[in-house]
Amino acid sequence: MALDEIKIGGLGASRRRVEDNRFIRGKGNYVDDIVLPGMLHMELLRSPVAHARIKSIDVSKAYEIPGVRLVLTGEMMAARNLAWMPTLSYDTQAVLATDKVRFQGQEVAAVIADDPYIAKDACQAIVVEYEQLPVIVNPFQAMEAGSEVIRDDKENQPGNKVFDWEIGDKAATDKAFAEADVISKMELHYPRSHPSPMETCGSIADFNRATGKLTVYMTSQAPHIVRAAVAMVAELPEHMIRIVSPDLGGGFGNKVPIYPGYVVSILASILTERPVKWIEDKTGNLISTGFGRDVYLQGEMALRKDGKMLGMRMKTISDHGAFYADAQPSKFKIGLMHSAFAAYDLPAAHLESVGYYTNKAPGGVAYRCSFRVTEAMFFQERMVHAAANDLGMDQAEFRRINLVKDDMFPYRTAFGFLTDSGQYGKCLDIGMKAIGYDTYKAEQAEARSRGKLLGIGISTMTEPLGAGNSREYDILGIKMFDSAELRVHMTGKAILRTGAMNQGQGHQTTWAQIVAHELGIPADDVTVEEGDTDTAPFGMGTYASRSTPVAGAAVAMVARKIRAKARKIAAHLLEVSEEDIEWELGRFYVRSNKERGVTIQDCALAAYSNMPDGMEPGLENNAYYDPPNLTWPFAAYFVKVEVDAETGVWDVLKVVAVDDCGVRINPMVVEGQIMGGLTEAYAMASMQYQTYDEEGNCIGSNYMDYLLPTAWETPGFELHEVVTPCPHHPIGAKGVGECATVAGPAAFVNAVVDALGHLGVRNIDMPMMPNRVYEALTTGKDISGMPPVKMGD
Amino acid sequence: MTSLYDEVQAAPGEGVPTRRVTIKVNGDDRTVDVEPRLLLAHLLRQGLKLTGTHTGCDTSNCGACTILFDGRPIKSCTMLAVQADGHSLETVEGLASASELHPIQEGFKEEHGLHCGFCTPGMMLAAKALLDKNDNPTEDEVRWALSGNLCRCTGYQNIVKSVLWAAEKMRAEAK
Repeated sequence: MALDEIKIGGLGASRRRVEDNRFIRGKGNYVDDIVLPGMLHMELLRSPVAHARIKSIDVSKAYEIPGVRLVLTGEMMAARNLAWMPTLSYDTQAVLATDKVRFQGQEVAAVIADDPYIAKDACQAIVVEYEQLPVIVNPFQAMEAGSEVIRDDKENQPGNKVFDWEIGDKAATDKAFAEADVISKMELHYPRSHPSPMETCGSIADFNRATGKLTVYMTSQAPHIVRAAVAMVAELPEHMIRIVSPDLGGGFGNKVPIYPGYVVSILASILTERPVKWIEDKTGNLISTGFGRDVYLQGEMALRKDGKMLGMRMKTISDHGAFYADAQPSKFKIGLMHSAFAAYDLPAAHLESVGYYTNKAPGGVAYRCSFRVTEAMFFQERMVHAAANDLGMDQAEFRRINLVKDDMFPYRTAFGFLTDSGQYGKCLDIGMKAIGYDTYKAEQAEARSRGKLLGIGISTMTEPLGAGNSREYDILGIKMFDSAELRVHMTGKAILRTGAMNQGQGHQTTWAQIVAHELGIPADDVTVEEGDTDTAPFGMGTYASRSTPVAGAAVAMVARKIRAKARKIAAHLLEVSEEDIEWELGRFYVRSNKERGVTIQDCALAAYSNMPDGMEPGLENNAYYDPPNLTWPFAAYFVKVEVDAETGVWDVLKVVAVDDCGVRINPMVVEGQIMGGLTEAYAMASMQYQTYDEEGNCIGSNYMDYLLPTAWETPGFELHEVVTPCPHHPIGAKGVGECATVAGPAAFVNAVVDALGHLGVRNIDMPMMPNRVYEALTTGKDISGMPPVKMGD
Repeated sequence: MTSLYDEVQAAPGEGVPTRRVTIKVNGDDRTVDVEPRLLLAHLLRQGLKLTGTHTGCDTSNCGACTILFDGRPIKSCTMLAVQADGHSLETVEGLASASELHPIQEGFKEEHGLHCGFCTPGMMLAAKALLDKNDNPTEDEVRWALSGNLCRCTGYQNIVKSVLWAAEKMRAEAK
């Protein structure tokens, strides 16, 4: 009898999470929970100013405080060739500043002391003399002739430009515009946002002089990349470096890069020969670590008057802060921005991108997004909204005409991606029905007659997930594949390790479900471990929704290797040839006699006790999975709002989400990811952003300024499901962690702009705070959110 | 007895003032010597090794450090340890008995009320403060009671369901 897959916690089971058992008891093991014998504590001194030359640093007063063991400055780092480190985008970043500080919050010195309170005291006792320089807070200031050069440390860096980049077919696009009946334009700023996981970054470096081994417990979404980087930068032998990511209190891309604090704690441990713990405070996290977005997007769409999209010209001007530290595949200078319009049958497109240095924190991380895809899809859906209006067409109808049809797959996008599957029209239909789209126009008109402003916003997109294939995707030259290692013990229990790194996604639960699906070993019998580079196979970590598309595929593939060996053992046990064996979940049987069979557990025992002659004992293997292509989940989000014309306050009346992320391993976890993503979308649309004043002070440096929605503000969500399996993924999954964050914001903005549409308002930059909405509805003008900050924001 | 100073130094350095504080934590009396400036969250985490109480934002906004102080939810990251002298505290470690989870803990697992788990202890204690007073709250009452606690992962909807699940179980058990 085949097993009931749901009962053993296989594919499709809303299995309750294994990791919850420790978290609900307060027994999680986050980096700050780890205490090592003899551990010292490190605190960083940060620059209070955004751009200044360092004239002097006097640390003598810090050393006078009892309990201070070591004070590190840039000069001391430079003496060890560690004052600068490489970024993930082939630039350099200061570890501790030597010549200049280039953004507010930049790391200037570090104190290592017996206690974190003493370390903080001692930081205050360090005297730094700064000579202030002109400050640049947006790319338009950066590109002005004669503006102060921020990166005067780099040779051949005459101005503040980081890169010029283009992609697409310019000639074909020009031709499309020449043939257009209507040309529609859109221009907006996607504001700087910080992923802001609840837990900040931190590390405990523990260098053991006796063994020569360096162990670093740290908040990393990609521990193997860290190990490789430490080996190369610190010139330590890779086998003597062990990176351990314990439980992470959220990541969202913020914990992908390597930060100065990690590097300094490592050197401090080497120098003191004691474990050194560094735990960043919230302000340090917000003002210095990887941000997302901060891109100015401009574009125009060529249209035929019947609504057909003909071509798209797009330009991005991006603000990278003081160091180009984007976490992205190296081939692409502005991530996967060219995934814009991938869901639409668009014949021609061209993108020009230019990036600039500013006196702001470095980053450009994939904040709950697959490398700038959030900006791409936000612009796409804002552009589509404006184009439909310019044509006088219904928003849903305009999308329906232009979305790629089910029978057009595989579909080559205008920018060259290959999408593989989807039922876009079906998702649109489900969403329209759920939001009450048919009756909406009448409802809106009726509400307007009573002075109420109703709006519906739609956002539809497909997102490229699961980087990479190794042909096109690498980070610092390391190809983007992933891995899994599975050991089945003799009693049929198992341990699985992957190169991914959970930070709340539930890998401990869901990876075991893939094993259960492939082998029939109950999920409860499978332990999952990640994050320790001494034990886990090499992998690229978890970000860009790549775990299920890549590491999850590796789990399925390694389980299939195990099954192939078990089949040979089964043939031996059943005394028939392998060709006469059939598989059903959890069991091999003789084709001619279904009653005669052995379970996977029988095979496991035999692998250690009764293997066929000549067979290598044991039942374990590993798999490195290099995906043939990206995966392309689709989402359609619908938001209904009411704007208060007196105040500009807007309330969300309903949110409908239709997600097609392919096969769902654990529907409960998938829905959790979607709701979490929608909340971050709502956050960015309504309140969450970072801006800067003209002196480069970061506004949004703590949770009193950096507003995050609570349970009170956050709307409820209605979720719907469509399943189109990914044709090339072993279990048909596509990835889901970020879809809602990527496509959600445009649904909120489109809804508010729709409510104000009759006033001629085309765009309100996020976040749509009441003062901005009020200004838009009283002036009928578009609202820009470009820094430096305006009064009232 | 314990103090702010862990393994590095058995006792505070010369000239560092200390105060003796007696608190009841999860039912046990604890007497500790602390620096007057020591935050309560740090006493719990480093001094008493109760690391289920997390410090998230340092400014009372996120609620990861929420504990019950004489039954009321407070943010332990912005309270001094000396202010707790003579008071009774409950942390996440006190929620479950040796053999049984509290219904709130069960609810969070049943309704998928957590992802990364960092905000969870604070969320559960804020929920307990509500349910101890009102075991039949509306969704709005739950949302309001949790509005001092931030979560970046879940989107709150399942946290609210978790608390309502617990309320139902607590009502059934009270019968």
